[in-house]
Parts: sequence; structure tokens; C-alpha cells
Amino acid sequence: MAKEFFVKRYWKMLKRPVSVAFGLILLFGFGAGIIFWGGLHTGLEMTNTEEFCIGCHEMRDNVYEEYKTTVHYSNASGVRAECSDCHVPQEWGPKMVRKIQASKELWGKIAGTIDTREKFLDHRLEMASREWARMKENDSQECRNCHNFEFMDYSMQSNRAMDIHYQAQKNGDTCIDCHKGIAHELPDMSGVADWEG
Amino acid sequence: MRTRNSDFRVGLKGLLATLAVCMSMVSFQATAAPAGESSIRNNSDLTTDAPAEPMKKMVDTDVTFDRDFVEQPPLIPHDIRGYQVDKNVNKCLTCHSWKNAKKWKATRISITHFKDRDGNQLADVAPNRYFCLQCHVPQADTKPLIENKFKPVESLK
Ligand code: HEC
Ligand code: HEC
Ligand code: HEC
Ligand code: HEC
Ligand code: HEC
Repeated sequence: MAKEFFVKRYWKMLKRPVSVAFGLILLFGFGAGIIFWGGLHTGLEMTNTEEFCIGCHEMRDNVYEEYKTTVHYSNASGVRAECSDCHVPQEWGPKMVRKIQASKELWGKIAGTIDTREKFLDHRLEMASREWARMKENDSQECRNCHNFEFMDYSMQSNRAMDIHYQAQKNGDTCIDCHKGIAHELPDMSGVADWEG
Repeated sequence: MRTRNSDFRVGLKGLLATLAVCMSMVSFQATAAPAGESSIRNNSDLTTDAPAEPMKKMVDTDVTFDRDFVEQPPLIPHDIRGYQVDKNVNKCLTCHSWKNAKKWKATRISITHFKDRDGNQLADVAPNRYFCLQCHVPQADTKPLIENKFKPVESLK
């Protein structure tokens, strides 16, 4: 009986004009929230697609062309790592931070900072260093979304990989320490701190 | 103007005729397979595309190959897909340089790689040894196209 009483009381409350307005606002807010959130989500999803990433020639003619020849574009398993798989964090917080940084990078597009191959190569070290720093910081989180030391069957790997991964796992090294240039060509690496050229 | 133009035309005609004759000779040679000779191109003639062989798997055993003669550049016993060697980076040296070889359990490049073509000993890899794949090649597990009877000398067996 207590339940009915509870419902009744609210019904009465809602019937008062002030409450109705309040309820409507709430309802509207809720609806708008869904639409906005959905929109934001769709928007973010859209900017995560390969078509979006290579929509500008800066990306299409440089990084994409190179990436097309690599293992993450086409491999025995038929699983493709897209641009966003490696460059956009999956968790909400870091994703937002990355997206906002990316909008800043759009300025570079508008200002034509890298609009020729030469200019792109001139800036490559700077751009690459940012990604290395980010991946070092988050323990190569994007790589680990797909790969994991724990799930690797070392006996299936080449001797070179097996030995070194075993050591790396013990020493706490992270993927990007050793796998720089996994999807794109590298810039002149002389002077890069942990590159053993 | 006029004469020059017609000269040109005659010249062109002559040229075309010669070309046509040459071409017919080429195609004649191409189609006629020498009697009893089978080529390593599977006897397909030049005018049709031979079906492509499936891509071969690279040897990635990590077991170094025996050498067949003293000056032989050793064969590469591992996969090298995606290894960048250009003016910016030399991926091979990240493992094979003297500094790094120990960490990666790789063979160090030998001192010959520090000598330039005049025999001067340099402090780093000599420019004529920088592009490793000029001399060192990975292997695919395939049947040799031609039988090879080369045998290493007794001391290398
Ligand atoms: C979307 C999932 C995904 C992400 C993200 C990803 N990878 Fe991969 N990676 C793969 C797949 C799939 C393969 C191919 C497996 C096979 O050989 O079939 C692969 C292969 C590799 C290989 C083997 C290369 C070779 O030539 O055999 C390396 C090394 C590697 N990844 C490193 C990385 C690193 C470093 C990162 C982070 C920067 C990363 N991966 C991010 C899915 C991913
Ligand atoms: C200390 C250096 C080092 C670290 C750290 C490292 N790797 Fe590797 N990895 C190697 C080497 C060396 C190879 C073998 C040579 C090659 O493939 O270029 C290799 C090979 C691989 C391969 C191909 C294996 C095979 O035999 O098919 C994959 C996949 C891979 N690494 C993924 C990763 C991922 C993911 C991480 C992070 C969780 C990671 N590696 C961390 C050095 C490292
Ligand atoms: C397997 C992971 C992976 C994938 C897939 C990938 N990248 Fe990258 N990307 C990296 C890493 C790691 C770096 C840091 C530099 C390096 O090591 O090559 C980088 C660097 C970059 C840079 C900085 C410039 C440079 O070349 O260093 C740009 C721009 C870039 N990526 C864009 C893209 C675009 C666009 C795509 C999709 C076509 C893409 N990336 C796909 C891992 C990846
Ligand atoms: C990740 C480290 C690594 C990289 C990069 C690497 N190697 Fe190696 N290499 C090794 C190791 C380790 C061995 C010893 C055998 C084995 O484990 O495969 C070896 C063996 C060799 C050998 C045979 C040496 C002998 O004594 O017979 C040659 C030749 C060679 N590598 C050439 C190259 C070339 C050329 C490249 C670049 C295209 C390259 N390697 C890149 C690690 C590497
Ligand atoms: C001009 C040809 C040439 C080039 C280029 C070259 N090598 Fe060699 N390499 C040889 C020959 C020949 C030998 C065997 C005789 C010797 O040690 O000089 C050899 C031997 C080696 C060995 C085995 C050394 C030992 O002590 O057994 C390694 C490892 C090696 N090379 C790696 C490399 C790497 C890495 C590069 C690229 C930086 C390279 N080579 C470039 C010709 C070459």
C-alpha cells in the first residue's frame, strides 16, 4: 500500500503548475541531453573513421601512403589497425584531451604548415616526438588495446622477438620504446634520446 | 616548309616500316620456343602473361646460415619486413652496430665494414657498407630454378 501512496503523492505534486513546468524542463533537458550526447558521440565517431583521417591530402599523401605497405594495413589475420586505433585513446577523458589537441592541429592545416611533402618531412620529427611522448606516458595504451605481453605465445614468435619480449616484460619496457616507425617512415633519428642508431 | 614537312613524313614512314619489321621479328622469336629447351619461365611465351607464382615465405628461423666461401656476405636468417634503411635511419644498425649488438644478441658487423674503398679505417660504418641489402639478402624457402653444383672448400664445411 505504501507504494500506491508514494505514486499518488507525486502525481498530486506534479499536478501543481510549478511542478509541471519543472517536470517539463527536466524532461526537455533529458531529451536534449540524449540528442546532444548522441550528436557528440556520432561526431566523435565520424572523426575517428579512416575516411576522415585521410580526408586531407597532408595525411593521404604522406602517412597513409606509407602505412598502406605495413602490417597494420593488411596481414594474415585480416585485422586492420586504423589511424584512430593508434592515435585516439579509448577512454573518455584522454579521448577528449586528444580531440581538443587535434582541433589545435587543424590550425596547422589551415595555416598550411605541412601542405607539401617537404614541409611535412621538415615537421615530421616534431610530430613524431609528440606521439612517442604520449605513448611513453600511457605505457603504449593504444598498442595494448590489441596486443598484450600476457597474451603473447612467445613460443610462436621468432627467437629474436621471444628473447627480447621476455626481457622487456621483466624490465617494464613499453612497446613504443622498441617499435618506433611501426606504421610510418621515420625522420632523421640522430639525437632522439632512446634511439640506438 | 613544304619540302621539310614531306621529308619528315617520308622519314616517319620509313621509321614505322622498320619498326614494324623489327616487331614482327621480335614476336616471331618470342613465340617460337627453341625445340626441346624448357625455360625457367615455365615455357610461357613473351606475348602472354605467365600466371604469377604465389609469394614465398621468408626464412625467419634465426639460425645463421653456413657460409660457402670466405668472402661471402652472410645470408640474413630473419625477417626484415618494414626495416627502413635510408639517409634518415638504418634499422639494421640498431641491432648490428658494435654499440647495440650485445643487447640484441646480434652478430656485430665485422671490421671490414669500417674500411672505405681506399682501405682507410673509419670510426663508423663506411659509406660503401651503409646499404646492407646490397650484399646481405634474406632467403625464401623455394626450389632453386637451376641446379647449382657449387661446393664450399673443405675448410668451410
Ligand atoms: C587494432 C588493433 C591493433 C593496434 C591498435 C595495434 N596493433 Fe600491432 N598488430 C595488429 C595486428 C592484427 C597485427 C598482425 C598480426 C598478424 O601477423 O596477423 C599486428 C602486428 C604487429 C607487429 C608485428 C609486425 C610484423 O611485421 O610482423 C608489431 C611489431 C606490432 N603489431 C606492434 C604494434 C605497436 C607498437 C602498436 C602501437 C603503436 C600496435 N601494434 C597497435 C593489431 C593492432
Ligand atoms: C625491448 C624492445 C621491445 C619491446 C619493449 C617490445 N618489443 Fe615487440 N619486438 C621486439 C623485437 C626485437 C622484435 C623482433 C624483430 C622485429 O619484428 O622487428 C619484436 C617483434 C614483435 C612482434 C612480432 C612477433 C613475431 O615474431 O611475429 C610483435 C607483434 C610485437 N613485437 C609487439 C610488441 C608489443 C605489443 C609490445 C608492447 C606490449 C612490444 N612488442 C614491446 C622488441 C620489443
Ligand atoms: C599501428 C599504429 C599506428 C597506425 C595504424 C597509424 N599510426 Fe600514425 N603513428 C604511429 C606512431 C607510433 C607514430 C609516432 C612516429 C613513429 O613511430 O613512426 C605515428 C605518427 C604519426 C604522425 C606524425 C608524423 C609521423 O609520421 O611521425 C601522423 C601525422 C600520423 N601518425 C597519422 C596517422 C594516420 C593519418 C594514420 C591512418 C592512415 C595513422 N597515423 C595510422 C602509429 C600508428
Ligand atoms: C631487432 C634486431 C635486429 C635487426 C633490426 C636486424 N637484425 Fe640481423 N640479426 C639479429 C640477430 C639477433 C641475429 C642472429 C641470428 C638471429 O637470431 O636471427 C641476426 C643475424 C643477421 C645476419 C647473419 C649474421 C651471421 O653471422 O650469419 C645478417 C647478415 C643480418 N642479421 C643482417 C641484417 C640486416 C641487413 C638487417 C637490416 C635489414 C638486420 N640484420 C636487422 C638482429 C637484428
Ligand atoms: C659491400 C658489401 C657489404 C655491405 C654493403 C655490408 N656488408 Fe656485411 N658483410 C659483407 C661481407 C663480404 C661479409 C663477410 C666477410 C666480412 O666479415 O667482411 C660481411 C659480414 C657481415 C656480418 C657478420 C660479421 C661476422 O663477424 O661474422 C654482419 C653481421 C654484417 N655483415 C652485417 C652488415 C650490416 C648490418 C650492414 C649494413 C650496415 C652490412 N653488413 C653491409 C659485405 C657487406
